[in-house]
Amino acid sequence: MELMYINTVWVVLAAAMVLFMEGGFSLLEAGFVRTKNAVNVTMKIFVDLTIGALAFWLIGFGIMFGKDAFGFIGTSLLGNPEKIALSIELPSVAFVLFQMGFAVACVSIISGAVAERMNFKAYVVTAALICMIIYPLSGHWIWNSDGWLERLGMKDFAGSAAIHALGGFTAFTMAKLLGPRKGRFNSDGSVNVFAPSNIPLASAGAFILWFGWFAFNAGSTLDASSSALAPIAINTMLAGASGGSAALFLTMRKFGKADPSMTINGVLAGLVAITAGCAYVSEWSAILIGILSGLIVIYATLFVDYLKVDDPVGAVAVHGFGGVFGTIAVGLLDQSQGFLTTGDFSLLKVQLLGAVVVIVWGLIGGTIIAKVCEKTVGFRASEREEEEGLDMSYHGIPAYNELERFTDIPASLFNFEETTGITVASPAIRKEKEVI
Amino acid sequence: MKKIEAIIRPERLTETIKGLKRIGITGFTVSQVVGRGKQKDTQGVYRGKNYQVTLHPKVKMEIVLSDYLVESTIQSIITSAQSGEDGDGKIYVYPILEAYNIRTGTIDFDIEDLAKGEG
Repeated sequence: MELMYINTVWVVLAAAMVLFMEGGFSLLEAGFVRTKNAVNVTMKIFVDLTIGALAFWLIGFGIMFGKDAFGFIGTSLLGNPEKIALSIELPSVAFVLFQMGFAVACVSIISGAVAERMNFKAYVVTAALICMIIYPLSGHWIWNSDGWLERLGMKDFAGSAAIHALGGFTAFTMAKLLGPRKGRFNSDGSVNVFAPSNIPLASAGAFILWFGWFAFNAGSTLDASSSALAPIAINTMLAGASGGSAALFLTMRKFGKADPSMTINGVLAGLVAITAGCAYVSEWSAILIGILSGLIVIYATLFVDYLKVDDPVGAVAVHGFGGVFGTIAVGLLDQSQGFLTTGDFSLLKVQLLGAVVVIVWGLIGGTIIAKVCEKTVGFRASEREEEEGLDMSYHGIPAYNELERFTDIPASLFNFEETTGITVASPAIRKEKEVI
Repeated sequence: MKKIEAIIRPERLTETIKGLKRIGITGFTVSQVVGRGKQKDTQGVYRGKNYQVTLHPKVKMEIVLSDYLVESTIQSIITSAQSGEDGDGKIYVYPILEAYNIRTGTIDFDIEDLAKGEG
Protein backbone atom coordinates (compact mmCIF):
# COMPACT_ATOMS: atom_id res chain seq x y z
CA MET A 1 0.00 0.00 0.00
CA GLU A 2 2.89 2.39 0.74
CA LEU A 3 4.12 1.75 -2.80
CA MET A 4 0.77 3.03 -4.04
CA TYR A 5 1.36 6.39 -2.32
CA ILE A 6 4.88 6.91 -3.59
CA ASN A 7 3.87 5.81 -7.09
CA THR A 8 1.02 8.29 -7.04
CA VAL A 9 3.37 11.11 -6.14
CA TRP A 10 5.94 10.06 -8.73
CA VAL A 11 3.54 9.63 -11.62
CA VAL A 12 1.55 12.78 -10.91
CA LEU A 13 4.77 14.78 -10.70
CA ALA A 14 6.08 13.11 -13.84
CA ALA A 15 2.82 13.91 -15.63
CA ALA A 16 3.14 17.54 -14.61
CA MET A 17 6.71 17.60 -15.92
CA VAL A 18 5.64 16.07 -19.23
CA LEU A 19 2.86 18.64 -19.52
CA PHE A 20 5.41 21.35 -18.69
CA MET A 21 7.28 20.27 -21.82
CA GLU A 22 4.56 22.15 -23.70
CA GLY A 23 6.20 25.29 -22.35
CA GLY A 24 9.41 24.05 -23.92
CA PHE A 25 7.71 23.45 -27.25
CA SER A 26 6.14 26.91 -27.26
CA LEU A 27 9.39 28.73 -26.48
CA LEU A 28 11.34 26.60 -28.94
CA GLU A 29 8.91 27.32 -31.75
CA ALA A 30 8.45 30.99 -30.87
CA GLY A 31 12.21 31.35 -31.04
CA PHE A 32 12.58 29.57 -34.37
CA VAL A 33 9.79 31.25 -36.34
CA ARG A 34 9.78 34.81 -37.61
CA THR A 35 8.71 37.53 -35.20
CA LYS A 36 5.39 38.10 -36.96
CA ASN A 37 4.23 34.54 -36.14
CA ALA A 38 5.52 34.08 -32.60
CA VAL A 39 2.15 34.60 -30.92
CA ASN A 40 0.50 32.16 -33.32
CA VAL A 41 2.81 29.24 -32.47
CA THR A 42 2.32 29.94 -28.77
CA MET A 43 -1.43 29.95 -29.20
CA LYS A 44 -1.21 26.63 -31.02
CA ILE A 45 0.47 25.10 -27.99
CA PHE A 46 -2.45 26.40 -25.93
CA VAL A 47 -4.77 24.59 -28.33
CA ASP A 48 -2.80 21.38 -27.68
CA LEU A 49 -3.10 21.74 -23.94
CA THR A 50 -6.76 22.69 -23.96
CA ILE A 51 -8.62 21.12 -26.88
CA GLY A 52 -6.07 18.33 -27.38
CA ALA A 53 -6.07 17.30 -23.74
CA LEU A 54 -9.88 17.24 -23.55
CA ALA A 55 -10.19 15.32 -26.81
CA PHE A 56 -7.80 12.68 -25.56
CA TRP A 57 -9.52 12.37 -22.19
CA LEU A 58 -12.92 12.10 -23.82
CA ILE A 59 -12.26 9.75 -26.74
CA GLY A 60 -8.59 9.14 -27.41
CA PHE A 61 -7.84 7.29 -24.19
CA GLY A 62 -10.60 4.78 -24.84
CA ILE A 63 -9.38 4.09 -28.35
CA MET A 64 -5.86 3.62 -27.05
CA PHE A 65 -6.38 1.62 -23.86
CA GLY A 66 -10.00 0.46 -24.07
CA LYS A 67 -11.20 -3.09 -24.62
CA ASP A 68 -9.44 -4.43 -27.67
CA ALA A 69 -11.15 -5.28 -30.97
CA PHE A 70 -9.08 -7.30 -33.48
CA GLY A 71 -5.80 -5.96 -32.04
CA PHE A 72 -6.67 -2.82 -33.94
CA ILE A 73 -8.75 -0.42 -31.87
CA GLY A 74 -9.97 0.13 -28.33
CA THR A 75 -13.70 0.30 -27.83
CA SER A 76 -14.43 1.07 -24.19
CA LEU A 77 -13.60 3.78 -21.61
CA LEU A 78 -15.00 6.56 -23.79
CA GLY A 79 -15.73 9.51 -21.53
CA ASN A 80 -14.63 7.68 -18.40
CA PRO A 81 -10.95 6.80 -18.81
CA GLU A 82 -10.50 6.40 -15.04
CA LYS A 83 -12.38 3.09 -15.22
CA ILE A 84 -9.31 1.41 -16.68
CA ALA A 85 -8.16 -1.59 -14.62
CA LEU A 86 -4.43 -1.38 -14.00
CA SER A 87 -2.43 -4.39 -12.82
CA ILE A 88 0.13 -2.12 -11.14
CA GLU A 89 0.16 -0.26 -7.84
CA LEU A 90 -1.10 3.02 -9.21
CA PRO A 91 -4.39 4.93 -9.15
CA SER A 92 -5.85 4.84 -12.64
CA VAL A 93 -6.36 8.61 -12.77
CA ALA A 94 -2.62 9.18 -12.34
CA PHE A 95 -2.07 6.95 -15.36
CA VAL A 96 -4.70 8.87 -17.35
CA LEU A 97 -3.03 12.19 -16.54
CA PHE A 98 0.37 10.87 -17.55
CA GLN A 99 -0.94 9.55 -20.86
CA MET A 100 -2.62 12.88 -21.50
CA GLY A 101 0.81 14.51 -21.40
CA PHE A 102 2.00 12.10 -24.10
CA ALA A 103 -0.93 12.76 -26.41
CA VAL A 104 -0.49 16.50 -26.09
CA ALA A 105 3.23 16.16 -26.87
CA CYS A 106 2.39 14.32 -30.09
CA VAL A 107 0.32 17.26 -31.39
CA SER A 108 2.95 19.80 -30.40
CA ILE A 109 5.44 18.06 -32.68
CA ILE A 110 3.16 18.81 -35.59
CA SER A 111 2.57 22.42 -34.61
CA GLY A 112 6.22 23.24 -35.34
CA ALA A 113 6.29 21.79 -38.83
CA VAL A 114 3.14 23.57 -39.98
CA ALA A 115 4.07 26.90 -38.38
CA GLU A 116 3.76 30.30 -40.07
CA ARG A 117 1.22 29.35 -42.75
CA MET A 118 -1.55 27.15 -41.40
CA ASN A 119 -5.09 28.32 -40.84
CA PHE A 120 -5.60 28.59 -37.09
CA LYS A 121 -9.01 26.93 -37.19
CA ALA A 122 -7.49 24.06 -39.13
CA TYR A 123 -4.98 23.64 -36.34
CA VAL A 124 -7.79 23.31 -33.80
CA VAL A 125 -9.28 20.54 -35.95
CA THR A 126 -5.84 18.95 -36.24
CA ALA A 127 -5.25 18.91 -32.49
CA ALA A 128 -8.64 17.30 -31.92
CA LEU A 129 -8.18 14.66 -34.62
CA ILE A 130 -4.66 13.74 -33.53
CA CYS A 131 -5.72 13.29 -29.91
CA MET A 132 -8.96 11.48 -30.72
CA ILE A 133 -7.92 9.12 -33.52
CA ILE A 134 -4.50 9.33 -35.13
CA TYR A 135 -2.26 9.03 -32.09
CA PRO A 136 -4.45 6.69 -29.99
CA LEU A 137 -4.93 4.22 -32.84
CA SER A 138 -1.25 3.50 -33.49
CA GLY A 139 -0.70 3.89 -29.74
CA HIS A 140 -3.20 1.07 -29.29
CA TRP A 141 -1.24 -1.17 -31.67
CA ILE A 142 2.03 -0.50 -29.85
CA TRP A 143 1.08 -0.06 -26.21
CA ASN A 144 -2.23 -1.78 -25.50
CA SER A 145 -1.48 -5.28 -24.19
CA ASP A 146 -3.73 -6.65 -26.95
CA GLY A 147 -2.45 -4.43 -29.75
CA TRP A 148 -1.11 -6.31 -32.76
CA LEU A 149 2.40 -4.80 -32.69
CA GLU A 150 2.61 -5.30 -28.93
CA ARG A 151 1.71 -8.96 -29.41
CA LEU A 152 4.50 -9.35 -31.96
CA GLY A 153 6.84 -8.16 -29.21
CA MET A 154 7.58 -4.62 -30.33
CA LYS A 155 9.56 -2.65 -27.76
CA ASP A 156 8.88 1.06 -27.47
CA PHE A 157 9.43 2.06 -23.87
CA ALA A 158 8.33 5.69 -23.81
CA GLY A 159 7.27 6.34 -27.38
CA SER A 160 10.01 6.92 -29.98
CA ALA A 161 7.65 5.27 -32.44
CA ALA A 162 4.24 5.77 -30.82
CA ILE A 163 4.69 9.49 -30.21
CA HIS A 164 7.73 10.95 -31.95
CA ALA A 165 7.93 9.03 -35.22
CA LEU A 166 4.16 9.23 -35.64
CA GLY A 167 4.08 12.94 -34.86
CA GLY A 168 7.10 13.56 -37.07
CA PHE A 169 5.71 11.84 -40.14
CA THR A 170 2.20 13.21 -39.71
CA ALA A 171 3.93 16.58 -39.52
CA PHE A 172 5.90 15.77 -42.67
CA THR A 173 2.74 14.95 -44.60
CA MET A 174 0.90 18.04 -43.44
CA ALA A 175 3.87 20.33 -44.14
CA LYS A 176 4.13 18.80 -47.61
CA LEU A 177 0.42 19.26 -48.33
CA LEU A 178 0.39 22.79 -46.93
CA GLY A 179 3.21 23.80 -49.22
CA PRO A 180 6.17 25.95 -48.25
CA ARG A 181 5.99 29.37 -46.66
CA LYS A 182 5.90 32.13 -49.26
CA GLY A 183 9.40 32.80 -50.55
CA ARG A 184 11.01 29.81 -48.85
CA PHE A 185 12.26 28.07 -51.99
CA ASN A 186 13.68 29.76 -55.08
CA SER A 187 12.81 28.64 -58.57
CA ASP A 188 16.33 27.27 -59.00
CA GLY A 189 15.78 24.94 -56.03
CA SER A 190 17.86 26.84 -53.47
CA VAL A 191 16.51 27.50 -49.98
CA ASN A 192 16.10 30.94 -48.42
CA VAL A 193 16.91 31.24 -44.75
CA PHE A 194 14.18 32.93 -42.72
CA ALA A 195 15.87 34.53 -39.75
CA PRO A 196 14.60 33.07 -36.46
CA SER A 197 13.09 35.60 -34.09
CA ASN A 198 15.00 34.73 -30.94
CA ILE A 199 17.63 32.00 -30.49
CA PRO A 200 18.00 32.39 -26.69
CA LEU A 201 14.24 31.89 -26.40
CA ALA A 202 14.48 28.70 -28.47
CA SER A 203 17.35 27.51 -26.28
CA ALA A 204 15.30 28.08 -23.15
CA GLY A 205 12.61 25.95 -24.77
CA ALA A 206 15.13 23.18 -25.42
CA PHE A 207 16.27 23.25 -21.78
CA ILE A 208 12.70 22.89 -20.58
CA LEU A 209 12.11 20.00 -22.98
CA TRP A 210 15.27 18.31 -21.74
CA PHE A 211 14.11 18.71 -18.13
CA GLY A 212 10.69 17.29 -18.95
CA TRP A 213 12.25 14.38 -20.80
CA PHE A 214 13.45 12.85 -17.53
CA ALA A 215 9.81 12.44 -16.59
CA PHE A 216 8.86 11.42 -20.12
CA ASN A 217 11.25 8.45 -19.96
CA ALA A 218 11.74 7.68 -16.27
CA GLY A 219 8.08 8.39 -15.54
CA SER A 220 7.10 5.69 -18.01
CA THR A 221 8.19 3.12 -15.44
CA LEU A 222 4.96 4.15 -13.64
CA ASP A 223 6.71 2.72 -10.60
CA ALA A 224 8.87 4.72 -8.20
CA SER A 225 10.37 1.50 -6.80
CA SER A 226 11.60 0.32 -10.21
CA SER A 227 15.30 -0.44 -10.32
CA ALA A 228 15.30 0.78 -13.92
CA LEU A 229 14.38 4.34 -12.95
CA ALA A 230 17.87 5.74 -12.41
CA PRO A 231 19.45 3.93 -15.40
CA ILE A 232 16.67 5.34 -17.59
CA ALA A 233 17.41 8.84 -16.33
CA ILE A 234 21.14 8.53 -16.98
CA ASN A 235 20.54 7.05 -20.43
CA THR A 236 18.28 9.99 -21.22
CA MET A 237 20.95 12.44 -20.11
CA LEU A 238 23.73 10.68 -22.00
CA ALA A 239 21.81 10.42 -25.25
CA GLY A 240 20.78 14.07 -25.17
CA ALA A 241 24.32 15.19 -24.41
CA SER A 242 25.90 13.02 -27.09
CA GLY A 243 23.28 14.02 -29.66
CA GLY A 244 24.05 17.68 -29.00
CA SER A 245 27.81 17.06 -29.09
CA ALA A 246 27.63 15.21 -32.38
CA ALA A 247 25.53 17.94 -33.99
CA LEU A 248 27.82 20.63 -32.58
CA PHE A 249 30.99 19.06 -33.97
CA LEU A 250 29.44 18.15 -37.30
CA THR A 251 28.17 21.68 -37.90
CA MET A 252 31.56 23.12 -36.94
CA ARG A 253 33.18 20.82 -39.46
CA LYS A 254 30.58 20.98 -42.19
CA PHE A 255 29.51 24.64 -42.03
CA GLY A 256 32.51 26.17 -40.23
CA LYS A 257 30.36 27.50 -37.37
CA ALA A 258 28.87 25.92 -34.28
CA ASP A 259 25.22 26.17 -35.33
CA PRO A 260 22.91 26.85 -32.34
CA SER A 261 19.71 25.71 -34.03
CA MET A 262 21.29 22.45 -35.19
CA THR A 263 22.85 21.86 -31.77
CA ILE A 264 19.46 22.33 -30.13
CA ASN A 265 17.93 19.91 -32.60
CA GLY A 266 20.82 17.48 -32.08
CA VAL A 267 20.09 17.38 -28.37
CA LEU A 268 16.39 16.87 -29.03
CA ALA A 269 17.08 14.14 -31.59
CA GLY A 270 19.24 12.30 -29.07
CA LEU A 271 16.44 12.53 -26.53
CA VAL A 272 13.85 11.38 -29.06
CA ALA A 273 15.95 8.42 -30.15
CA ILE A 274 16.66 7.15 -26.64
CA THR A 275 12.98 7.32 -25.72
CA ALA A 276 12.25 3.84 -27.10
CA GLY A 277 15.31 2.14 -25.69
CA CYS A 278 16.08 3.99 -22.46
CA ALA A 279 15.04 1.03 -20.32
CA TYR A 280 16.61 -1.64 -22.52
CA VAL A 281 20.06 -0.46 -23.55
CA SER A 282 23.37 0.05 -21.74
CA GLU A 283 24.90 3.45 -21.10
CA TRP A 284 27.42 3.08 -23.91
CA SER A 285 24.63 2.15 -26.27
CA ALA A 286 22.75 5.26 -25.16
CA ILE A 287 25.76 7.37 -26.09
CA LEU A 288 26.02 5.64 -29.46
CA ILE A 289 22.31 6.18 -30.13
CA GLY A 290 22.69 9.83 -29.17
CA ILE A 291 25.69 10.41 -31.43
CA LEU A 292 24.09 8.76 -34.43
CA SER A 293 20.82 10.63 -34.02
CA GLY A 294 22.74 13.90 -33.67
CA LEU A 295 24.31 13.21 -37.07
CA ILE A 296 21.07 11.95 -38.60
CA VAL A 297 19.18 15.09 -37.66
CA ILE A 298 21.50 17.33 -39.68
CA TYR A 299 21.37 15.25 -42.84
CA ALA A 300 17.63 14.72 -42.35
CA THR A 301 17.11 18.49 -42.15
CA LEU A 302 18.99 18.95 -45.41
CA PHE A 303 17.05 16.03 -46.93
CA VAL A 304 13.68 17.56 -45.96
CA ASP A 305 14.78 20.83 -47.57
CA TYR A 306 15.87 18.87 -50.65
CA LEU A 307 12.36 17.40 -50.89
CA LYS A 308 11.02 20.97 -50.91
CA VAL A 309 9.08 20.36 -47.72
CA ASP A 310 9.17 23.42 -45.52
CA ASP A 311 9.64 22.56 -41.85
CA PRO A 312 10.30 25.82 -39.97
CA VAL A 313 11.58 24.25 -36.75
CA GLY A 314 13.02 20.94 -37.96
CA ALA A 315 10.33 18.80 -36.31
CA VAL A 316 10.39 16.17 -39.06
CA ALA A 317 14.14 15.70 -38.78
CA VAL A 318 14.14 15.62 -34.98
CA HIS A 319 11.01 13.66 -34.19
CA GLY A 320 10.33 11.77 -37.41
CA PHE A 321 13.81 10.62 -38.33
CA GLY A 322 15.07 10.56 -34.72
CA GLY A 323 12.05 8.54 -33.63
CA VAL A 324 12.38 5.98 -36.42
CA PHE A 325 16.08 5.61 -35.74
CA GLY A 326 15.44 5.17 -32.02
CA THR A 327 12.85 2.48 -32.70
CA ILE A 328 15.23 0.54 -34.92
CA ALA A 329 18.12 1.08 -32.48
CA VAL A 330 16.27 -0.93 -29.84
CA GLY A 331 16.32 -3.89 -32.22
CA LEU A 332 20.06 -3.47 -32.61
CA LEU A 333 21.19 -2.64 -29.09
CA ASP A 334 18.63 -4.17 -26.70
CA GLN A 335 20.53 -5.93 -23.92
CA SER A 336 18.54 -9.16 -24.06
CA GLN A 337 17.35 -9.40 -27.68
CA GLY A 338 19.33 -6.86 -29.71
CA PHE A 339 20.87 -7.93 -33.01
CA LEU A 340 24.30 -6.41 -32.31
CA THR A 341 24.37 -7.46 -28.65
CA THR A 342 23.02 -11.02 -28.91
CA GLY A 343 22.82 -11.84 -32.63
CA ASP A 344 19.08 -12.38 -32.33
CA PHE A 345 17.36 -11.05 -35.44
CA SER A 346 13.72 -11.45 -34.38
CA LEU A 347 13.35 -8.21 -32.37
CA LEU A 348 15.00 -6.15 -35.09
CA LYS A 349 12.46 -7.44 -37.59
CA VAL A 350 9.58 -6.43 -35.33
CA GLN A 351 11.10 -3.01 -34.69
CA LEU A 352 11.59 -2.42 -38.42
CA LEU A 353 8.01 -3.46 -39.08
CA GLY A 354 6.80 -1.17 -36.30
CA ALA A 355 8.78 1.76 -37.69
CA VAL A 356 7.40 1.24 -41.19
CA VAL A 357 3.84 0.89 -39.88
CA VAL A 358 4.14 4.14 -37.93
CA ILE A 359 5.59 6.00 -40.93
CA VAL A 360 2.80 4.78 -43.20
CA TRP A 361 0.13 5.58 -40.62
CA GLY A 362 1.68 9.04 -40.22
CA LEU A 363 1.46 9.63 -43.97
CA ILE A 364 -2.14 8.41 -44.08
CA GLY A 365 -3.16 10.26 -40.92
CA GLY A 366 -1.63 13.53 -42.11
CA THR A 367 -3.47 13.24 -45.43
CA ILE A 368 -6.78 12.55 -43.68
CA ILE A 369 -6.37 15.62 -41.48
CA ALA A 370 -5.44 17.81 -44.44
CA LYS A 371 -8.50 16.66 -46.39
CA VAL A 372 -10.84 17.17 -43.44
CA CYS A 373 -9.47 20.68 -42.89
CA GLU A 374 -9.73 21.57 -46.58
CA LYS A 375 -13.36 20.45 -46.64
CA THR A 376 -14.35 22.27 -43.46
CA VAL A 377 -12.46 25.35 -42.29
CA GLY A 378 -9.72 25.73 -44.90
CA PHE A 379 -6.24 24.31 -44.52
CA ARG A 380 -3.87 27.11 -45.33
CA ALA A 381 -3.86 30.75 -44.27
CA SER A 382 -4.59 33.22 -47.07
CA GLU A 383 -1.68 34.90 -48.78
CA ARG A 384 -2.59 38.20 -47.16
CA GLU A 385 -2.74 36.70 -43.68
CA GLU A 386 0.59 35.02 -44.20
CA GLU A 387 2.25 38.22 -45.40
CA GLU A 388 0.83 40.32 -42.60
CA GLY A 389 1.85 37.67 -40.09
CA LEU A 390 -0.45 35.22 -38.35
CA ASP A 391 -0.13 37.13 -35.07
CA MET A 392 -2.10 40.12 -36.30
CA SER A 393 -4.33 38.09 -38.65
CA TYR A 394 -5.56 35.54 -36.11
CA HIS A 395 -4.81 36.99 -32.70
CA GLY A 396 -4.85 40.76 -33.13
CA ILE A 397 -1.66 41.37 -31.22
CA PRO A 398 2.04 41.35 -32.12
CA ALA A 399 4.50 39.30 -30.04
CA TYR A 400 6.85 42.15 -29.34
CA ASN A 401 5.68 45.74 -29.48
CA GLU A 402 9.07 46.80 -30.78
CA LEU A 403 8.33 50.20 -32.22
CA GLU A 404 5.53 51.12 -29.81
CA ARG A 405 3.14 51.08 -32.68
CA PHE A 406 -0.03 51.47 -30.69
CA THR A 407 0.57 51.92 -26.99
CA ASP A 408 0.42 55.50 -25.79
CA ILE A 409 -1.17 56.54 -29.06
CA PRO A 410 -4.83 57.60 -28.88
CA ALA A 411 -7.36 55.33 -30.57
CA SER A 412 -7.26 57.39 -33.71
CA LEU A 413 -4.86 60.16 -34.50
CA PHE A 414 -7.60 61.93 -36.36
CA ASN A 415 -9.69 62.59 -33.29
CA PHE A 416 -6.67 63.25 -31.12
CA GLU A 417 -7.84 66.72 -30.18
CA GLU A 418 -11.29 65.50 -29.20
CA THR A 419 -10.10 62.56 -27.11
CA THR A 420 -7.39 64.45 -25.25
CA GLY A 421 -8.43 68.08 -25.36
CA ILE A 422 -4.90 68.97 -26.38
CA THR A 423 -4.52 71.36 -29.27
CA VAL A 424 -2.07 70.14 -31.83
CA ALA A 425 -2.25 72.61 -34.67
CA SER A 426 -0.68 76.04 -34.18
CA PRO A 427 -3.07 78.93 -33.53
CA ALA A 428 -2.27 80.52 -36.90
CA ILE A 429 -3.43 77.47 -38.79
CA ARG A 430 -6.51 77.17 -36.63
CA LYS A 431 -7.43 80.73 -37.43
CA GLU A 432 -7.08 80.01 -41.12
CA LYS A 433 -9.41 77.02 -40.76
CA GLU A 434 -12.01 79.09 -38.98
CA VAL A 435 -11.95 81.66 -41.73
CA ILE A 436 -12.59 78.95 -44.28
CA MET B 1 23.97 63.05 -57.27
CA LYS B 2 20.64 62.08 -55.70
CA LYS B 3 19.33 60.19 -52.70
CA ILE B 4 16.33 57.98 -53.26
CA GLU B 5 14.31 57.33 -50.14
CA ALA B 6 11.78 54.55 -50.63
CA ILE B 7 9.29 53.58 -47.92
CA ILE B 8 7.83 50.20 -48.79
CA ARG B 9 5.99 47.20 -47.37
CA PRO B 10 8.29 44.96 -45.28
CA GLU B 11 7.15 41.82 -47.10
CA ARG B 12 8.24 43.36 -50.42
CA LEU B 13 11.78 44.11 -49.29
CA THR B 14 13.35 40.88 -50.55
CA GLU B 15 11.68 41.29 -53.96
CA THR B 16 12.81 44.91 -54.16
CA ILE B 17 16.40 44.07 -53.31
CA LYS B 18 16.39 41.32 -55.93
CA GLY B 19 15.00 43.72 -58.52
CA LEU B 20 17.65 46.34 -57.73
CA LYS B 21 20.37 43.72 -57.98
CA ARG B 22 19.19 42.87 -61.48
CA ILE B 23 19.94 46.42 -62.62
CA GLY B 24 23.22 46.46 -60.72
CA ILE B 25 22.27 48.46 -57.64
CA THR B 26 23.65 46.69 -54.58
CA GLY B 27 24.48 49.44 -52.08
CA PHE B 28 21.81 50.92 -49.80
CA THR B 29 20.73 51.42 -46.19
CA VAL B 30 17.55 49.78 -44.88
CA SER B 31 15.80 50.62 -41.64
CA GLN B 32 12.60 49.48 -39.97
CA VAL B 33 10.18 52.33 -39.55
CA VAL B 34 6.54 52.89 -38.74
CA GLY B 35 4.27 55.47 -40.21
CA ARG B 36 1.00 56.19 -41.89
CA GLY B 37 -0.43 57.54 -45.06
CA LYS B 38 -3.67 56.40 -46.67
CA GLN B 39 -3.56 52.79 -45.50
CA LYS B 40 -6.44 51.96 -43.19
CA ASP B 41 -5.73 51.26 -39.53
CA THR B 42 -5.26 47.61 -38.70
CA GLN B 43 -7.82 46.39 -36.24
CA GLY B 44 -6.30 44.66 -33.25
CA VAL B 45 -7.89 42.99 -30.25
CA TYR B 46 -6.40 42.73 -26.80
CA ARG B 47 -8.31 41.31 -23.82
CA GLY B 48 -11.58 41.92 -25.55
CA LYS B 49 -10.84 45.54 -26.36
CA ASN B 50 -10.42 46.65 -29.92
CA TYR B 51 -7.54 48.90 -30.72
CA GLN B 52 -6.23 50.47 -33.89
CA VAL B 53 -2.71 50.01 -35.11
CA THR B 54 -2.34 53.55 -36.37
CA LEU B 55 1.28 53.29 -37.40
CA HIS B 56 1.99 50.57 -39.92
CA PRO B 57 5.33 48.79 -40.02
CA LYS B 58 7.31 49.69 -43.13
CA VAL B 59 10.91 49.58 -44.23
CA LYS B 60 12.83 52.55 -45.52
CA MET B 61 15.53 52.15 -48.16
CA GLU B 62 18.01 54.91 -48.78
CA ILE B 63 20.05 54.78 -51.97
CA VAL B 64 22.56 57.39 -53.11
CA LEU B 65 23.13 57.42 -56.87
CA SER B 66 24.39 59.34 -59.84
CA ASP B 67 21.62 61.25 -61.60
CA TYR B 68 21.48 59.01 -64.66
CA LEU B 69 20.66 55.94 -62.52
CA VAL B 70 17.75 57.53 -60.66
CA GLU B 71 15.02 56.89 -63.22
CA SER B 72 15.72 53.18 -63.69
CA THR B 73 16.10 52.64 -59.94
CA ILE B 74 12.74 54.26 -59.22
CA GLN B 75 11.10 52.14 -61.90
CA SER B 76 12.64 49.00 -60.45
CA ILE B 77 11.43 49.78 -56.94
CA ILE B 78 7.91 50.55 -58.16
CA THR B 79 7.75 47.30 -60.11
CA SER B 80 8.91 45.20 -57.17
CA ALA B 81 7.09 46.91 -54.31
CA GLN B 82 3.73 47.65 -55.89
CA SER B 83 0.69 45.66 -54.77
CA GLY B 84 -1.90 48.17 -55.95
CA GLU B 85 -3.45 48.81 -52.55
CA ASP B 86 -3.15 51.66 -50.09
CA GLY B 87 0.00 51.30 -48.05
CA ASP B 88 2.42 50.49 -50.84
CA GLY B 89 4.56 53.41 -49.76
CA LYS B 90 6.35 56.42 -51.18
CA ILE B 91 9.53 57.31 -53.01
CA TYR B 92 11.28 60.63 -52.42
CA VAL B 93 14.27 61.97 -54.31
CA TYR B 94 16.66 64.43 -52.68
CA PRO B 95 19.71 66.24 -54.02
CA ILE B 96 22.95 65.29 -52.31
CA LEU B 97 25.52 68.02 -51.77
CA GLU B 98 28.54 66.00 -50.81
CA ALA B 99 29.40 62.40 -50.03
CA TYR B 100 32.42 61.25 -48.06
CA ASN B 101 34.00 57.85 -47.92
CA ILE B 102 34.88 57.17 -44.29
CA ARG B 103 37.46 54.48 -45.08
CA THR B 104 39.56 56.75 -47.27
CA GLY B 105 38.49 60.03 -45.67
CA THR B 106 38.06 61.66 -49.05
CA ILE B 107 35.15 63.09 -50.97
CA ASP B 108 33.41 60.42 -53.03
CA PHE B 109 33.40 61.85 -56.54
CA ASP B 110 32.71 58.53 -58.17
CA ILE B 111 29.33 58.16 -56.54
CA GLU B 112 28.39 55.21 -58.69
CA ASP B 113 30.66 53.10 -56.51
CA LEU B 114 28.38 53.68 -53.55
CA ALA B 115 25.39 51.96 -55.01
CA LYS B 116 26.89 49.87 -57.77
CA GLY B 117 28.88 47.13 -56.14
CA GLU B 118 30.43 44.14 -57.81
CA GLY B 119 27.93 41.71 -56.29
